[in-house]
Amino acid sequence: MVATTPQKVGWSVANIVTIVLVLIPLVWIISLSFKTTASITDPTYFPVDWTWANYSGILTTSTFLRPLLNSIGIGAIATFIAVVLASMAAYAVARLRFPGKSVLIGVSLLIAMFPAIALATPLFNIERLLGLFNTWPGLIIPYVATGLPLGIYTLSAFFREIPWELEKAAKVDGATPFQAFVRVIAPLAAPGMVTTAILVFLFCWNEFLLAITLTSTTAARTAPAALSFFTGNSQFAVPTGSISAAAVVITIPIIIFVLFFQRRIVAGLTAGAVKG
Amino acid sequence: MAEIVLDNITKRFPDGALAVDDINLDIADGEFVILVGPSGCGKSTTLNMIAGLEDITSGELRIGGKVVNNMTPKDRDIAMVFQSYALYPHMTVRENMGFALKLAKTPQNVINEKVEEAARILDLTQHLDRKPANLSGGQRQRVAMGRAIVRDPAVFLMDEPLSNLDAKLRVQMRTEVSRIQRRLGTTMVYVTHDQTEAMTLGDRVAVMRNGMLQQVASPQELYERPANLFVAGFIGSPSMNFLGGTVEENAIRTGIGDIPLTGRLQQALSRSGAVRDVIVGIRPENFEDASTVPSDMSEHGISFRASIDVLESLGSEKYVYFTQETGGVDAAELAELARDSGRAEVGGGSGETVVARLDPETRISEGDNAELWVDGRALHVFDPATGKNLTLGDSGSPASPAGGVVGDAPAQTDAGTAGQDTGSATAPPR
Repeated sequence: MVATTPQKVGWSVANIVTIVLVLIPLVWIISLSFKTTASITDPTYFPVDWTWANYSGILTTSTFLRPLLNSIGIGAIATFIAVVLASMAAYAVARLRFPGKSVLIGVSLLIAMFPAIALATPLFNIERLLGLFNTWPGLIIPYVATGLPLGIYTLSAFFREIPWELEKAAKVDGATPFQAFVRVIAPLAAPGMVTTAILVFLFCWNEFLLAITLTSTTAARTAPAALSFFTGNSQFAVPTGSISAAAVVITIPIIIFVLFFQRRIVAGLTAGAVKG
Repeated sequence: MAEIVLDNITKRFPDGALAVDDINLDIADGEFVILVGPSGCGKSTTLNMIAGLEDITSGELRIGGKVVNNMTPKDRDIAMVFQSYALYPHMTVRENMGFALKLAKTPQNVINEKVEEAARILDLTQHLDRKPANLSGGQRQRVAMGRAIVRDPAVFLMDEPLSNLDAKLRVQMRTEVSRIQRRLGTTMVYVTHDQTEAMTLGDRVAVMRNGMLQQVASPQELYERPANLFVAGFIGSPSMNFLGGTVEENAIRTGIGDIPLTGRLQQALSRSGAVRDVIVGIRPENFEDASTVPSDMSEHGISFRASIDVLESLGSEKYVYFTQETGGVDAAELAELARDSGRAEVGGGSGETVVARLDPETRISEGDNAELWVDGRALHVFDPATGKNLTLGDSGSPASPAGGVVGDAPAQTDAGTAGQDTGSATAPPR
């Protein structure tokens, strides 16, 4: 179908409006992060006098650096565990017939449907009892639990796309089911795993409610939670500049993460497996 | 190197569908056996059971004398080529071919040696470091073959390995498969729905329908002495013509005239008892232009007139099509064959299109009301109720080579069947 001129114009306008709407707050945050404390409330969109002070301020204090490290560590570990477990579960869901399959899917959906706020208080109590409060595992465990349903759904869709005959071929070639999975199926599901990893990592990285509920010091507090503990120079100063700078800083790893992995998300990795 | 024995093998799927019904088949060491039949006849299921990819519901499967019913594929020493090739897309050709050996913990230098040897046989040497995605269909197919060859397995299993290739390449690879099998001398079981492939490749062909073996025999035997209507209609291209007939005192009355009952037919029909309605099967090449038939031959058959609808000239032969009152040919086997070949939709009307293969010398042209001759000695007569070939004599059990054919059966060859079998099998489908 060839688009007519009015259609092209219509779509172009819609695209531009969307992009502008998305970019305005982003540029605004970046602009704020370069403003001096005095000029924060200026009625100008772009800073008049640029400054790095906000950045040098947050990057020299352990109230931000340590949470940044926590965020990276907790996010990476939770993502790894979630993807490994989810890929095995998704494989089973996609390929095997076993009793309780629909129950498994239902339960994983149930977890995803639980409102996080309803979990915050019970988790707080449980983790204090178990001594997990304010530790990395204290956040990793709930993050894995929340990331799994997402992972199982995304990955089972990917596994369903892989030709079943590849696994048969591997079996005939002498592979055990585990070898067939690790050496043939999993490499082919790599784009799915990367997609899942990005989604789970983004979730862990942005998560705020549990992060602020289940931590009390910078020992385990993640960056988004740490942001809310920023203080101004005085009781009456709002640390808008520092918060903006921190917001920009915690966006950077995500951009790097996505750029790095998106090379692996190549469509048609299974090309050539079957007839063509 | 091993023989395969299927002993009363049955496969019933969990949903109750019976895919393979009590199959007995002995495949000798080094033999090339083809399982052929229309889609859904259970041939792939049978192959998967031999491979160990499907459980066997009942019966015993022995490979090389060992019962392998409960062995995993990796313990059966088999290699399989899949219809879709099932190459590992993330591995190079070299890795694809060496994967099985690697899993078996073969030393790397031995793997390299074997892979390179197989690549040489299959003319893949310059492609060893490419990925399957960058190969053509024919090259992928050869890699799939190579993956099987490097294993040096006891048995090769092939599941319609050529059906994804274009027609020209298919013919080329067909020869290749046959050459490789002879060279390696490995037992091979090959599944196809294409009767041409079956006829040209196999030492023996097993024709299947609805999960049951119809007949197991050499291609020539299947062609000349089909055990039943289904085999008769399935084997041969263009396929056998079927006409309804009624047995009279000393002739069979059909739409093309009364066919006199010769000694052989008479005996066969009297053995079969009181069958009155029969189906007469005539191969296209058993027709001839009446004017070209030498007078000493014409007494063996009958002449009739037919108005020619279509004439196709292939140079070395001419096909003529004419419509004939079939007199109600109605058998389950034929209905299935028609469905499978798509003829059911084309047909319609009360008549059946009959195809005759004539000598290229014939002067008959389209629209003529021509006089044709049919060789009465080469007829097959079938019982419409059971589908059995009544002309084969009494030992009509499908799987055994029927003995006791009397009279002028060998004379079939002077109607040209022997020389034309392969010729007509490779002829383009109409």
